[in-house]
Formats: sequence, C-alpha cells, structure tokens
Amino acid sequence: MSTAVLREMSFDVDRIRADFPILAQKVYGRDLVFLDSAASAQKPKVVIDAMVSTMESRYANVHRGLHWMSERCSDDFEAARDKVAHFLNADRNEIVFVRNATEGINLVAQTFGRKTLGHGSAVVVSEMEHHANLVPWQMLRDQQGSELRVVKITDAGEIDFTDLERQFSDGRVKLLAVTHMSNVLGTYTPVERLAEFAHAHGAKILIDGAQAVVHRAVDVKAIDADFYVFSGHKLYGPTGIGVLYGRRELLDQMPPFMGGGEMIRSVSYAGSTWAEPPYRFEAGTPAIIEAIGLGAAIDYVSAIGFEAISAHERLLTDHAMATLAALKGVQTIGHAQDRGGVVSFTVEGIHSHDVATLLDKQGIAVRAGFHCAEPLVRRLGLESTTRASFGVYTTTSEIDALATGLRRVQQVFGQ
Amino acid sequence: MTATSDDLYQDLIMDRARNPRHAGQLEPFDAEAQGDNPMCGDRVMLRLRYDGTRVGALMHETRGCAICIAAADLMADAVIDFEPAAAFDLADQFDSMISTGSAPEQSSFAKLRAFSGVHLYRSRHRCAMLPWQALRIALSQKTDLYHE
Repeated sequence: MSTAVLREMSFDVDRIRADFPILAQKVYGRDLVFLDSAASAQKPKVVIDAMVSTMESRYANVHRGLHWMSERCSDDFEAARDKVAHFLNADRNEIVFVRNATEGINLVAQTFGRKTLGHGSAVVVSEMEHHANLVPWQMLRDQQGSELRVVKITDAGEIDFTDLERQFSDGRVKLLAVTHMSNVLGTYTPVERLAEFAHAHGAKILIDGAQAVVHRAVDVKAIDADFYVFSGHKLYGPTGIGVLYGRRELLDQMPPFMGGGEMIRSVSYAGSTWAEPPYRFEAGTPAIIEAIGLGAAIDYVSAIGFEAISAHERLLTDHAMATLAALKGVQTIGHAQDRGGVVSFTVEGIHSHDVATLLDKQGIAVRAGFHCAEPLVRRLGLESTTRASFGVYTTTSEIDALATGLRRVQQVFGQ
Repeated sequence: MTATSDDLYQDLIMDRARNPRHAGQLEPFDAEAQGDNPMCGDRVMLRLRYDGTRVGALMHETRGCAICIAAADLMADAVIDFEPAAAFDLADQFDSMISTGSAPEQSSFAKLRAFSGVHLYRSRHRCAMLPWQALRIALSQKTDLYHE
C-alpha cells in the first residue's frame, strides 16, 4: 500500500464530510459534488453552531455595553482575535478585522499607500494576481501619481525572478504586493524568498493569502511578512469577516482607513485622535458574530492539522492532474512545482460556461470564466477556463465524477 | 443528461453553435456594434446593412459559449427583413422571455423560443442577451443612412 493511500485513510475524509451538513444536499436529484471551494468553502457544523449560539445566548454590541451580555460577547470577539493571532503567529494587536481580503488590501493601499507610496515610488504586483490585488493599486496609482509595475510569470506559472530583479533595479519600488497562492493556477509563491528580496531592496511586502491560508500553515514571522490578508469564508468560516495582519510598527504609523466609532481615542468638534491599532482600523460595529464564526473555523482546521490537510490536498491535486491529463481534449493550465488544490483547465471546442452548466446539471459545481483574474487568463492566451478546487471534504471519487462528467459534456457537444 | 439540461442545449442551439449561418464580417455595412461580457470575456461583433428601411443583412463574429453564438445567429435569422422599430420590439420580447421564461406566440419568434430554457439559469442570461444588446447599439446608429 502506498504512503499516499495510508495518508488518506488516516485523514478520514468521511468523518470530515459528516461535519459539513450541506454536503448531504442533492442537486438536480444527484449527490452534490462541490468543487468550488476556492470561490468560497462550505461551513462545518461547529462554525454554524458558534454563530447561532452567540445569537441565541449572549449577543450584544462589543466594547460598549456595561452589561453581562456585552462583556461575554466582547470576550468571545477578542478571543477570536487571539485565535487568528495564534493561527498566523502574530501579536493580537497586529490583527485587524476587515470584511475580507479585498478590504484588507484596500485598507493598506489607502492608509500605508497614501502615506508612503507617492509620486516617484512604485508598487510591484505579479501577473497572477486576483483583481483584489491589482485594482486597489491601480486606484492608488491614479490618486497618488505612483507607478504600478507587473512582474512576469513563467509559462509554468511561477514568478519570474529575472524579471523581478529588473522591476526593482531602479530602487523606486516601495511595495511588493503578491499572492501566496494563485486562484487560477494553484501556484504557491516562495513568499519567504520574495519577502527577503523585497526587504533587501528597501521595499515592504504585502501577501494575499486568500487561497494559501486554507491549504497550509502560515507563519507571518517566519515569512517576515509586512502585511498578510485573508478572508474567513474561504477558510470554512462565514462571509463578511477577513483579516489584515500588519507588522506592529507599520500599523502604528498608518492613519485610519475609515472614521467612526471604535477607532477614536477622543472626539471633539475641533478634531479627533486615533485609537491604537488594531482598533484604529475598525471603525463602526464590527462583524461580531462572523468573527466568532471565524474563530470556530480556525479551531476546526487547527484540530485537523495542516500537515494532514496539505497531504490530503496534495493527493487530490495529483489525482486531478493525472485524471484530467488522461482525458482527450482536456488541457490543464499551470504546472508550477509547488502547487495546491486548484486546477484550471480548458476543454477543446467547448466554452467554459457550457462546461460548467453541463457539469452543474450532473450535480458537479465548478467555476468558469476569468476567476477575477482577467489579465492572467489573457496572459495565458485563453478566453476563459473551468476551475475545480478542493477542500478538506473533497474526495478522489469526486474528481473521478468530474472526469465522468466531462466526458458527458463532450458527448453533448458531439465529441 | 437530465431533461432540464436538454431544455437548454436544444438541437437548434447546438446546430447554430457548431455551424452558424451568419458568422463572418459583412462588407459593405451601414452599422456595426460590439457587445462584451466583462465577467467571462464573451464578445459579439455585429455588422448590418440596410435594404431600404429594412435590415437587409446581418453578420456576427462571436467569441463565446454555445448559447451566445447560437443567440447571435438566430437573432440574425429573426431580424433580417425587419424594420428597426420591429427589431427593437423583438429585442425587448427576447429579454422579457429570458427574464420570465414565457415566450410570445407570434411566428417571428418561432426559433427564438429555443432560448426560453435559459430563464432557469440566471448566470447564463447575459450569454443569450449579449448579441441583442449589440444589436440595439447597431440599430441606434446611422439610421439616416438607409439605402434608397
């Protein structure tokens, strides 16, 4: 028996699937095959229960009420911050709750960026960024007169370090904003090496961890990250909650993002002073229930352990690459050495929308189109792709179902 | 495949997606327009030529899914020989069918009824409506240049 099989057995995916009530759902009378976790993951019962229990037993606004309910709810909310801090190996004051990774990046662009990235400075992003890590920097460029540069990727789908050297050569780059894992190609970027490179060139690094944080353990200290963002909803948590990690000395120097309650120290009609981080960046009532849900999601994945999760997903990805490669007319996209549970592909002669709709009718959920990464899809010379993405609950038999489903799609198109 | 899926990918739609009858670049032409779906990159390029006050010819170059290509092609079938005002009416009726799922009775709509199943797929509405969006733009141009 191979090591891979032993690993999968010890992982016990059936037990994990039982934790996710939605996976029992039938779609068009068929068993649901959910292969769209990279867009948003399903939620385990413990996350749902943590949120419902909060609303049923102790919900109140946080940090305001001098009453039992508000105290309990504030404790739970701040405990969620502690869980996130532990999860990323950060200090709790370095954890800012935001709506999602997108908001985290916009926050950095509009605070750190507005203060630091003026005319004559440049931001570097890669060719494989989600729109969330491209558009905020375009907006900043247009506001500030700064420059936005795009570092090339190789045809395999990895950062081109020769081009990176070139982009940084004039010493004007002040920030490298890069994904930790491509949502189209599945590529993991060598973030430790990129951080070292950026720092050696006098730049800071922001890492978009929306995909990566789901699949492998992240240690912002070991990476030496300046900023790291992720969304709760891809990590088996609820929507509406995300995280910005910022190095303490950077957060200290940054002006507020939005004004309102919570983010102030004192307010008068003449002016206001700002609270310390992270509260300076959390104007208004936060997503309390969602933050508590995220805390439960972190407990959940931590209990499974990232070693087991990574091994399971490696098995799935290898199986998917091999299975799809064996299908005539199906071409997988991106062949990075280090890649995770996201597989994009094209089916010859059939548009990704048609592929997705015809798979959906068989109960198989995938994503089709640009995947919020239009420049990347264009860079690859493609019109669009279909994407299958995996989570802790994905099984190899679901990937086999995808292959069978794709053959049926081809039959409908007379292939 | 299930019955519902057959409702979407009907023989007529699959036939026109594989072998569109009005694909290509029309020369000469009186009006042209482009429809883009930024969500997926689908693009329809239309050119039309008037014959008197009626649409005499319409050709399209469509980069997109089967639904989009077939919609462009069957749209051309439907509006050729129509006055612009009648073509606009047809466009409105088509949009209404996609939104509601119910199709008008008149004979000019016969083949377009093949798209009534698209109603059930919200994410695919734009695929079917994109050519008609481009048609509206084309019909709005150069209406003073009708051939005598």
